[in-house]
Amino acid sequence: MIPLLAFNDNGIYCEQANVYLDPWKPVKNAIITHGHADHSRWGHQNYMTHISNVPIIKHRLGDINVTGKEWNESFTINNVKFSLHPAGHIIGSSQIRVEYKGEVWVFTGDYKTEDDGVSVPYEVVKCNTFITECTFGLPAFKWTPQAEVMCNINNWWAENKADKKTSILFGYSLGKAQRLLKHLDANIGTIYTHGAIENMTNIIRPMVELPPTTLITRETKKEDLLGNIVLAPPSAHGSTWIRKMTPFVTGTASGWMAFRGARRRRAIDKGFVLSDHCDWFALLESIKATGAEKIICTHGYTEVFSRYLRELGYDARTEKTQYEGELTENEKVADSEII
Amino acid sequence: MKNFATLIKQLDSSNKTSVKVEALTAYFCTASPEDKVWTIAILSHRRPPRPVNTTLLRIWANELANIPMWLFEESYHIVGDLAETIALIIPASNQHSDKSLSEFLQEIIQLKKKTDDEKRSYLQKNWLTLNYYERFVFTKLITGSFRIGVSQKLMTRALAKAENLDEDILAYKLMGNWDPNKISFQELVLDEKSSDYLSKPYPFYLAYPIDGEVSNLGNVEDWAVEHKWDGIRSQTIIRDNQLFVWSRGEELVTDKYPEFQSFIHVIPSGTVIDAEILVFANNNIGTFNDLQARIGRKTVSANLLKNNPVILKAYDLLEWQGEDIRNQPYEHRRLLLEALYKNIQHHNIPFHLSERKTCNSWQEVENERMLAREMRSEGLMLKRKDSTYQVGRKKGSWWKWKLEPLVIDAVLTYAMRGSGRRTNLFTDYTFALWQNNENGERELVTFAKAYSGLTDAEFRKVDNFIKKNTIDKFGPVRSVKPQLVFEIGFEGISLSKRHKSGIATRFPRIMRWRQDKKIEEANTIDDLKDMIV
Ligand SMILES: [Zn+2]
Ligand SMILES: [Zn+2]
Repeated sequence: MIPLLAFNDNGIYCEQANVYLDPWKPVKNAIITHGHADHSRWGHQNYMTHISNVPIIKHRLGDINVTGKEWNESFTINNVKFSLHPAGHIIGSSQIRVEYKGEVWVFTGDYKTEDDGVSVPYEVVKCNTFITECTFGLPAFKWTPQAEVMCNINNWWAENKADKKTSILFGYSLGKAQRLLKHLDANIGTIYTHGAIENMTNIIRPMVELPPTTLITRETKKEDLLGNIVLAPPSAHGSTWIRKMTPFVTGTASGWMAFRGARRRRAIDKGFVLSDHCDWFALLESIKATGAEKIICTHGYTEVFSRYLRELGYDARTEKTQYEGELTENEKVADSEII
Repeated sequence: MKNFATLIKQLDSSNKTSVKVEALTAYFCTASPEDKVWTIAILSHRRPPRPVNTTLLRIWANELANIPMWLFEESYHIVGDLAETIALIIPASNQHSDKSLSEFLQEIIQLKKKTDDEKRSYLQKNWLTLNYYERFVFTKLITGSFRIGVSQKLMTRALAKAENLDEDILAYKLMGNWDPNKISFQELVLDEKSSDYLSKPYPFYLAYPIDGEVSNLGNVEDWAVEHKWDGIRSQTIIRDNQLFVWSRGEELVTDKYPEFQSFIHVIPSGTVIDAEILVFANNNIGTFNDLQARIGRKTVSANLLKNNPVILKAYDLLEWQGEDIRNQPYEHRRLLLEALYKNIQHHNIPFHLSERKTCNSWQEVENERMLAREMRSEGLMLKRKDSTYQVGRKKGSWWKWKLEPLVIDAVLTYAMRGSGRRTNLFTDYTFALWQNNENGERELVTFAKAYSGLTDAEFRKVDNFIKKNTIDKFGPVRSVKPQLVFEIGFEGISLSKRHKSGIATRFPRIMRWRQDKKIEEANTIDDLKDMIV
């Protein structure tokens, strides 16, 4: 019997419905979990995704043929029932539930279980087979609560302000930037943005209440920036655009900052451990909560993670995909594309 | 411990020297004298002996993490640092500890003598009372040195600032053999005692590589020209009929070179010589590879002494007749050294003079540099004749003018994740050259490893290629589809039985990525052998 979802050269394929989930090669019908470039690629004939992701992928991919769906709104293609459920990764990010003849599969795309205040929080979806990412599927990854991290970020900004320096905070343009923006303390100073972040944020503003931002232009003087904060995509690190802002201090918010080496390697002054993916315990807990007996690990530390799941008694395996779990979030294609 | 952990965190979280010095100075201004001694010791690599082997350390840490041992090992492999891995996987604590750094170190010293059960309960108890960063620092104190980009010089500068002392004098005091467990801050830093100075070396003066045209240095007559020897930079001290040999890493290596004991009878006490240790056999200077055999061994066998005998190639005199002559001009110091050499030459001792070359024009200097490979040197040293012997790496009076590296085009065949600061990327590469096997078929033979020389962007691209073109995984190593060609540069080359290719290269590094070349165009092992002088 062919499985409900199979991994082929193009992506995750549902043959019964002739539909792909987050395909990496151009196909006819694609259901998309979220707007990051490794999950929503260019060139499909029909896109289907959550309504709040529609403006995002239109902004990224241009004039595409896309249909938006609500959470939990089920639609049937050749007797296969599909529905989207919040994944809590970034705004508009979904898990895709696929049901056929009583068998249920869920594909997570990317997800996190902590409520970030921007995206609709992750929802447990019961299933038989759970296709999960495991970007941070190692016991070395344990996140501190967002409130604590944001408090550290705001303190850091205030300290830099006292030193009469500009704070430059790196976070990828879609997702991390808006999450940071939402929780920055606008009483400390002005929040400036890089063009890529400003554009993406403007797309998202109608959907989420966010503090005001000021776009940096040619006219912006570096004296204006002193004591204030600049949100910039990681790819801007080391650019002349940044160097013109001296004196400044740089910070990055990413799950990889849990490793001392990652921060040092990127020559960042300050690393904040803040991720839009699950940490070790969140992965294990959400897998347990789905009640699934079969687990497929897609990207991240897949081999290690699935081996551990097998020891816990799950029927777990890995599948090769082209989602870029091994790259750091800093290096996601999304940023270089938008700029 | 809190203060020390905060200090390490501050040092670790900035790349700017000024910020590091500031953090250290602030720490030295407030820390207790005992903690200060230990901090100096730790930052100058004088840790207490390791009280627990790392296997037990892993097992005990893992008991707290409650995960299978293989998962701990995988995590360690990815994190790249044992103390960091342990700090990360142990559950967060809700207790705290007020013990000071020196109290912890006393306990760590005592720990060595304890039973395994006692060790285990001590470690587990303490891991659970410390927060993440303190746990990391505590474990580091047990496992190894801190790599936080703080040189001894930088630490000395901060301490001098905090204590209002002369930096050079302080550097001198902190050198040599002292035991942080026995010495007080008063004795180590504040007191002036002459008896302590018997074995004490002077801080080394280090040269910068020359930048720009050599003729920009001005009149060639103002400069002394010597070859730059490829051995161990050392300082040999003869005082009070005792001999001390220091390596540039400020390590006392006297016992490794028993040949030099004969100097005591010939060279007068009160002499300090700046020189290179080189292997010298059959009237030829050996390669660095030959010297490696001597560096690695603590005890020197008769066989090793016979096959890899060493000499001292002297180029400067820092103390003469008990007097510090570093402030005298180079020319003057050299004359004293040459006179000394002339007087003792007839004794059969392994003491050679690094000859000065007479050059009447920069062109002649350049010609001399061209002879470097033949002379078994790395290039030339240019020293201003009127220069004093300074402290540390300073620009202006001493320059090294190395040969251009030898280069060869090689194929990337294996890759490993970078360690420490490069854990997320494959940045440690192995390269191969072509060779015909017994069936006459061309195959790739590994010849060198290199892990520096590409830009971050290039490393990311190559990393991406490796992930998509992995043929096989052997533990941490991946074999990679041979497709990428790199130009590899190296300083020297010699035959070697320890290497698969039969050749050892010195300081191999990536010069550039030859995206224009196909693997068929890479060089052969024979091309490499042709480079041996
Ligand atoms: Zn994503
Ligand atoms: Zn992803």
